[in-house]
Amino acid sequence: MHELSICGSIADIVTRRAAGRAVKVINVRVGQLRQIVPDTLAYCWELVSADTPLAGSRISVEFVPARIKCRSCGQVTDVGAVPVFACGACGGFNADVVSGEEFLITSLELAGEGASA
Amino acid sequence: MGRFHRHEDGTVHAHDDEHAGGHAHDAGDHSGYATGGERVEVLERIFDENDRTAAANRAEFAAVGVRVVNLMSSPGAGKTTLLRETLARLAGQVRVGIIEGDIETSLDADRLAGFGARIALINTGDGFGGECHLDAPMVRSALPRLPLADLDLVLIENVGNLVCPAEFDVGEHARAMVYSITEGEEKPLKYPVMFRSCELVLVNKVDLLPYLGFDMDGFRDNLRKVNPAAEVMLVSARTGEGVDAWCDWLRALL
Repeated sequence: MHELSICGSIADIVTRRAAGRAVKVINVRVGQLRQIVPDTLAYCWELVSADTPLAGSRISVEFVPARIKCRSCGQVTDVGAVPVFACGACGGFNADVVSGEEFLITSLELAGEGASA
Repeated sequence: MGRFHRHEDGTVHAHDDEHAGGHAHDAGDHSGYATGGERVEVLERIFDENDRTAAANRAEFAAVGVRVVNLMSSPGAGKTTLLRETLARLAGQVRVGIIEGDIETSLDADRLAGFGARIALINTGDGFGGECHLDAPMVRSALPRLPLADLDLVLIENVGNLVCPAEFDVGEHARAMVYSITEGEEKPLKYPVMFRSCELVLVNKVDLLPYLGFDMDGFRDNLRKVNPAAEVMLVSARTGEGVDAWCDWLRALL
């Protein structure tokens, strides 16, 4: 349940970047290796944003699969659902993770101008 | 609504249906006041604040020359028992401080008392039902309760959990995990982030090997699939087997 404390960090960033404007959607990019459960994140966001200016906004998750690049042969391989960090071409284990560790807020979608503007 | 619209060449102009009188009107930049909602690019890492605090912790450790190990495991794997044995062996040679993360209670901290180590307890039970991990600000909050300048080594006993603690850099220099053979051989594949994040895996409770069907070769294969660089040590915190090698590993960090 680290989604809960993560939502606290998200709220801090969104509050600062929204600068008082009403937020509709928070677009978050989550790598496979981040162990974030999207449903849990959405649920925790409801808890954390309730009774704040961010209440009613929702988190939209863009999922990024984990991939490694072999240092020996250069092949890029999907790590897979049952993770194996071995090169799909040569079987070597000397590889770098090239995607799947992302965890960032990419953008905010603001609500249209209301009477408050 | 809809008085302004933007053409593909970027020009914006006002329709004059609501301004039939033809008075001058600024039809230029109305960004931030679009009627259909606006997208704001952010591109900010969610762990930035934690990682900044972790860097500050690391700088504080470096300033006094203390080395820090983040010890992680699932609940019941034997972290606290191993720490007791570790403190007993290092007493009088290495000045050790302990940061003890626990959701509630001081039970673990109590078990570690009496070995000359300074212990700072962090109860993570505040808020929504307790945190499942230590993060960098929590560790930072414990630092004033340790005489860092008089220590050689700080061992952080993280909250028992194979998922969340792996995500949080707390400013440590090395990560080790305690894995007990009662947990089965497949866990590296189920919790790859935790197993990948550690330099050392202490396979604990090896005194039970004769009684359990633990497949050590299968475990090593699974670990290799997710973290081929991990060092493995076989230990029994209960009998003391292998604990000296672990203590040598700790001394080598100093």
